[in-house]
Amino acid sequence: MLLYVFRRLLTAIPTLFVIVTLAFFLIRVAPGGPFNQERGLSPVIKANLEAQFGLNDPLWQQYLNYLNNLLHGNFGPSYNMPDFTVGELFAKGLPISIQLGTSALILALILGSTLGVIAALNQNRRADYSVIALAAAGSTIPTFVIAPIIQLVFGLSWKLLPIGGWGDGALINKVGPVLTLALPQIAIIARLMRGSMIESMRSHHIRTARALGLSEWSVVVKHALRGAVLPIISYAGPTAAALLTGSVIVETIFAIPGVGRYFVEAALNRDYTLVMGTVVMIAIFTILFNLIVDVLYAFVDPRVRYD
Amino acid sequence: MTDVAIAAPVAGRSFWGDAWARLKSNKAAMVSLFYLALMALVCVVGPNLVPHNYTTIYADYVRTPPSLSAYPKADMIESALRDAVKRMRVDIDEWHQDGDRVFVTVQGSKPVDERSTRYLDRSDTFHDTRIENKSDDGLKLTMSASVKQQYFLFGTDNTGRDLLSRTLMAGRVSLAIGLLAGIVAVAIGVIYGATAGFIGGKTDEVMMRIVDVLYSLPFIFFVIMLVVFFGRNFVLMFLAVGAVLWLDMARIVRGQALSLRRQEYVQAAEALGVTRGGILVRHIVPNLLGVVVIYMTLLVPQVIILESFLSFLGLGVQEPMTSWGVLISTGAKNIGTANWLLLFPAFFLVTTLFALNFVGDGLRDALDPKDR
Repeated sequence: MLLYVFRRLLTAIPTLFVIVTLAFFLIRVAPGGPFNQERGLSPVIKANLEAQFGLNDPLWQQYLNYLNNLLHGNFGPSYNMPDFTVGELFAKGLPISIQLGTSALILALILGSTLGVIAALNQNRRADYSVIALAAAGSTIPTFVIAPIIQLVFGLSWKLLPIGGWGDGALINKVGPVLTLALPQIAIIARLMRGSMIESMRSHHIRTARALGLSEWSVVVKHALRGAVLPIISYAGPTAAALLTGSVIVETIFAIPGVGRYFVEAALNRDYTLVMGTVVMIAIFTILFNLIVDVLYAFVDPRVRYD
Repeated sequence: MTDVAIAAPVAGRSFWGDAWARLKSNKAAMVSLFYLALMALVCVVGPNLVPHNYTTIYADYVRTPPSLSAYPKADMIESALRDAVKRMRVDIDEWHQDGDRVFVTVQGSKPVDERSTRYLDRSDTFHDTRIENKSDDGLKLTMSASVKQQYFLFGTDNTGRDLLSRTLMAGRVSLAIGLLAGIVAVAIGVIYGATAGFIGGKTDEVMMRIVDVLYSLPFIFFVIMLVVFFGRNFVLMFLAVGAVLWLDMARIVRGQALSLRRQEYVQAAEALGVTRGGILVRHIVPNLLGVVVIYMTLLVPQVIILESFLSFLGLGVQEPMTSWGVLISTGAKNIGTANWLLLFPAFFLVTTLFALNFVGDGLRDALDPKDR
């Protein structure tokens, strides 16, 4: 198993390399530059800034420089927020995004799979239909509608939650963002869980377990659930990566100082290093969580072996 | 020997006739289909029927709440009147309302210019201003104007534009982008996927690796790069959106094409000497069509969400043009003071998405009954 993990981490390196290279050249090909702002800098200042950041070097040299820095764990300075390096920005924002993302993920996994199991065990009954309706609603209504509605209902009308802001991580400030992040995931996970649970309950080993006279609880929890949880695990991998690296919409609407906003902002401002940093961060999270998923798979499903 | 009644041959139903019958029995899908048709009709014709243009600014009606009765309300007349008279640089001596006409007497320190009636006409509240009476020294002028009755069923936005006409116009844009980008994505996906699936071998390998690489890039990055390249251009928007969403289609079509090629009836046709084009037209395309239609209906809501998402970030449709994403974005920023700015566009967007999903699910059930 350890060997497998090690091998997977090794194969991640070329993947990461391809992504970094592609992103680097893509963002450079885009017209404009980090210092071509609407306000307009005087040409001398602009030239100085570009010289300072080495933006006048040939592109391949900049690329090699960037790779070299990256290998040393240095993401470089942010062009548009000159007081910070990209590393510092992540150090401040990432814990916030991870907190929200993890809470949302856990909430979605627990609530989503519970709802899915309830629906599956009551197939074609009222509980099932309400879960299906809820799942349809949750996966259809986009986040940028859910978030302001939550603000409107819980923040403005009922005054239960603050409308936005981080509030130094006060619990009450996290409720809105976590709910917004979790709702669509609850819907999708419930739907997935319902499908795989129905299938699992029909399988032979469940019939055998029933024939052996096991209690319903034991049949459902010990035997059916274990098989049904596999699709959830593989769905949770990329979802976890997406949730933990922050959401533009949620962080913008709720005014959360996470890392989710940086991508869009940076790409529009041609803040090359910040864009690259974000791409690398998302790629690392994705690779890591895919690996975790594969390892978990082996634990849940004894048929899966990595030797 | 018993007589065996020979029944008349049952008239066969075509694949599409069969699918239509199945779709017709799906209530949710039919209601949704009807709702979508209605929504499309309202959004296409509506902006021309609504009395307000979607760009017209009514300075007197900024952030007016939605109402079924006509504006101006009683208290608004006075403030509108005072505003207009202030612009004339004279003072109100007296005013009263008689029927639908307002009579106002103004007094100035210098003789009042008769042309100042135009200040009343210019306001959004009054029109048809007439001079009723003028004092001999010219310092006092009595004017009458009729009150302009206006309806703002959905209220108005921050700059005083009618939200109803804007929502309908936005629907036109969002639906058009959804449909056009959907077609672009499906066209690219089908051509790419079918090519890869048919040619097979090395070409297939290379083509699908390209798709894999594009898949592995963060989705938002890809979209934003396209927007950056194409600029914030309304026409190119749907190209960009379509260009992002073709990947799934390409994969699905390639898989289908690969498996279809190995079907016995295709092999039989090959053995019979049917040309490649003949097989394509007779067997492959009709079999792919179902998948493509299903995927297309599920793609349109995705495109609309993506477009709204981009517009929400300020990258999509630009003012004064509008789309549901633009309106929801404005609404989200003004929930404290004007929640109707969020609620109406959000209702339109969400119900449309629901209807599209129901139709998509219904079509899947109708065209692919195995998949139930």
